[in-house]
Amino acid sequence: MSPIIQIESLSKIYDTGFEALKSVSLDVEDGEILALLGPNGAGKTTLISIIVGLVNATGGSVTVDGRDIVDDYRHTRALIGLVPQEITTDAFETVWATITHTRGLFGLAADPAYIEQLLKDLSLWDKKGEKLMTLSGGMKRRVMIAKALSHKPRILFLDEPTAGVDVELRKDMWALVRRLKDSGVTIILTTHYIDEAEEIADRVAVINHGEIIVVEEKAELMRKLGQKTLFLDLQERLTVLPESLSAFNVALSEDGNQLIYTYDTNAERTGITRLLATLNDSGIRFRDLSTTQSSLEDIFVKLVRDEA
Amino acid sequence: MNLYAIKAIYTFEMARTVRTLMQSIVSPVLSTSLYFVVFGAAIGSRIEAIDGVSYAAFLVPGLIMLSVLTQSISNASFGIHFPKFIGTIYEVLSAPVSPFEIVVGYVGAAATKSVILGLIILATATLFVSVEILHPVWMLAFLVLTSVTFSLFGFLIGIWAKNFEQLQIIPLLIITPLVFLGGSFYSIKMLPPVWQTVTYFNPVLYLVSGFRWSFYGNADVNVGLSLLMILLFLALCLYAVSWIFKTGYQIKT
Repeated sequence: MSPIIQIESLSKIYDTGFEALKSVSLDVEDGEILALLGPNGAGKTTLISIIVGLVNATGGSVTVDGRDIVDDYRHTRALIGLVPQEITTDAFETVWATITHTRGLFGLAADPAYIEQLLKDLSLWDKKGEKLMTLSGGMKRRVMIAKALSHKPRILFLDEPTAGVDVELRKDMWALVRRLKDSGVTIILTTHYIDEAEEIADRVAVINHGEIIVVEEKAELMRKLGQKTLFLDLQERLTVLPESLSAFNVALSEDGNQLIYTYDTNAERTGITRLLATLNDSGIRFRDLSTTQSSLEDIFVKLVRDEA
Repeated sequence: MNLYAIKAIYTFEMARTVRTLMQSIVSPVLSTSLYFVVFGAAIGSRIEAIDGVSYAAFLVPGLIMLSVLTQSISNASFGIHFPKFIGTIYEVLSAPVSPFEIVVGYVGAAATKSVILGLIILATATLFVSVEILHPVWMLAFLVLTSVTFSLFGFLIGIWAKNFEQLQIIPLLIITPLVFLGGSFYSIKMLPPVWQTVTYFNPVLYLVSGFRWSFYGNADVNVGLSLLMILLFLALCLYAVSWIFKTGYQIKT
């Protein structure tokens, strides 16, 4: 199956001379959830903005559903829903009116039954007649999502959707994202909450300084780049790391009660057996041990740091 | 053609007019009434008839044009500038809507308001003076053409302006003087020859003159020329709008 979005050598240089995207190429598969991670100013929003038609690209091309986003914008934009990073609403409009308005912009007749269901799904039904300026920030965020879904898009862009929202809304939002994915919607999200990307995404693309550093299945990425850490709780406190352990990538915790050993899960030998044998030979006894897998956040930080 | 989108933009803009009824309709009607009271009744009674038309009646087309021009620009420029300013313009720009449809929606709504406003002012005027309209169809044609053209011009200003100050500059510093000096309140035949010649360079003269002709059959300039000038200005505005959407000037980065 061909990708639903194909980005080829996309570049963007703003009038200020700032190069936001440097020949970015990326395929988004139909029906997947792709998390686009990157620090502030990495080019995430520029990339999304070009695809939806808010920013003109300097070079390269993008196709959505096999059609060019410039030549065939009517077809491509009709497939896309966008929840932008900034909450921008028409203060004096009611919730119902603003969502119906968006649906109209996408060339569709009013569908009160669908809008009613949408508002109920987003816990907005009892606010349908209220003006947007009377809503809380979280409620406005829900309205933005309802607007993006008003025309039943096949592709949904969520640009930092959970920035500044409370726990309840965040949970609701991810539940909604899962339901949308189940119904076949392709979702591209940018987020600073890497744990969320880790939980929800199928694939992860990391972008930094306008370049895609890595695109990988989430599980594969974590397997490839993942490191594990072994914690050994000592029976007796150590003040310094024994000389015999200097050959290992091991550190002593600040309080001296724990040895911390970091190893690569993909390495031919993890070195654990040798470490434990050395400890035994040195007379260092331990009470307990535990291991942790590095998170997507750790991987992300490492990637961005390495690249810098 | 995305007719639903045109309807969505048009309805949205018209709803704004209803919300701001005082600003959009009541305020221009009130100020026009004041003009009639002061210039029409109080001062006008001491001014002799112009081409057989009483000064108060002579004022009517000029005052309608004054309001229609300024309100067309103000409504259309605000209509597009505000969503640009607060950021809601993203919605229109990311929707499957062509530039032509966007313009029809915004400019259509602004022009509709201006036509309604012009007719309300005309109705208000009949309370103060007896007004005859010799060519009602032409009157309506001039009113609609002027409303559309200047709403389009306002739309351009709304896109061009980087802030609210710039939004006010052109209407305040250019349009108002042009309207006042374009024969809205006098016939240019009353001016010395030199100033008559200067006034021929004022495009508003042709609008007011053509419009007044549709009322009383008298005009400062040939009515065909008036029509030509409006159409020329309309064509210029259309060209500018199409250039803006082609290049994304001040809309897209």
